[in-house]
Amino acid sequence: MTPALRRWLFFAGLAGLMAFYLWGMKGLPGFGNYPGPYGFIINHIAVGQTNATGVVSAVNFEYRGFDTVGEEFILFIAATGVAIVLRRLRDEQDENPAPDEALDRAASRTSDAVKVGALMFVGPAVLLGWYLGSHAQTSPSGGFQGGVVLASAFVMIYLSGEFLVFRRISPVSLIDAVGAAGAGGFAAVGLTAVVLGMPYLANFLPLGTVPGAVSSSGTIALISFFVGIEVAAAFILIIGELLEQTLIVRQGRH
Amino acid sequence: MAGHAAAIASPYSVPPGLMQALQVVVLVLVAAAATGVVLIRVPVRQTIAVSAYGLLLALMFLAFQAPDVTLSELTVGAVALPILLLLTLAKVRSRQK
Amino acid sequence: MQFFPFLVAAWILAVGLYGMVTSHHLVHQIVCLIVVQSSTYVLLLGVGYVRGGVAPYFFDVPLRTPAVDPVVQALALTDVVVEAAVSALLLAFAIQAEKRFGTLDPHELVRLKG
Repeated sequence: MTPALRRWLFFAGLAGLMAFYLWGMKGLPGFGNYPGPYGFIINHIAVGQTNATGVVSAVNFEYRGFDTVGEEFILFIAATGVAIVLRRLRDEQDENPAPDEALDRAASRTSDAVKVGALMFVGPAVLLGWYLGSHAQTSPSGGFQGGVVLASAFVMIYLSGEFLVFRRISPVSLIDAVGAAGAGGFAAVGLTAVVLGMPYLANFLPLGTVPGAVSSSGTIALISFFVGIEVAAAFILIIGELLEQTLIVRQGRH
Repeated sequence: MAGHAAAIASPYSVPPGLMQALQVVVLVLVAAAATGVVLIRVPVRQTIAVSAYGLLLALMFLAFQAPDVTLSELTVGAVALPILLLLTLAKVRSRQK
Repeated sequence: MQFFPFLVAAWILAVGLYGMVTSHHLVHQIVCLIVVQSSTYVLLLGVGYVRGGVAPYFFDVPLRTPAVDPVVQALALTDVVVEAAVSALLLAFAIQAEKRFGTLDPHELVRLKG
């Protein structure tokens, strides 16, 4: 199939797809004229029912918690897949090492400005990630964002040139265990509700008195914590595996 | 059921015409940035373009009154995605040497 | 203005698909897949917007303030982070493909299979 023929075939298919899309779009009520009842209902009753002022996180972890379990396990499986594919690749590479790769790669030293700047931001990044992960029920934050910020704190340690330190404070077995604890913890919170005689993922912890306080809203805060550590572990695992691929030759030169 | 809003007394409200103009401008920028990302064929340069595209998307989410999604897009688009892409390209390039 | 965000979402989808079809590098193709996924965020948030509504967080605005729809925001929020992890898996497959076949051109990869 020549490239020109492929392009014409693509445009024909795209014309059909766009025709269907625009035909379906005409049935929408227009931008800004949101008609549907669910948004307004949830906005009115969420704070009263769950004592959480962050309605988006309440929807994520309480009203639609089952969907979030599925999404978190997609993340978990993706991280596991990356680990499996790249670790097998690394084992095959150890069997037949390329002889010239180590010689013509000059390991350049990181400049002091980059080193100081990166190390200066590690502490605030960990603090910010922890804050985001624990305040899901009050303000725009949550486990997902907090987990990525927490993982970026570890990445900054690598950026400051200390790959061995990065490897030493995040050994692969520990990161695997933390990720599994996060994913399993989320499922376990749901199962605890079943053990207590309620539907899966029902809110069984005390709801607190002040809406939007950190200790309020029952299982939402707990689930957000588990999601945070799971997302952080997944991203540290993925980036660690990719780093092992690229820096396997530099380890002998430090 | 409360439908569309009249004048709100919250401290964050702006004149509705201003918000609409902002949304139109940001949407046009997002469409242009998406075209730019696709038309850049060199992967290393495309990494920088996709990072800028993530920033424009975050601005758009903010104009659509969605701060949670803004936070997610900022952290992913500025931290996770460029690192993944650059590490993959470094690995592939070291093998092709 | 009634349908402008939806038209932008359709444009981003079309442009991303075009980039995927006419690509000569696997990593470029994966980035175009990310662009296609981002068109769904534009569509979702465009559907849920209420004209004159504030963000659905009620710790500093009174409870009855009209706010935008929080359900579509919850969907888009988890989607963004999960998409990054799935893209990482695709990049790992690209590394494996390069090791096995020596090339990252999708047209060459198709030819090598037969």
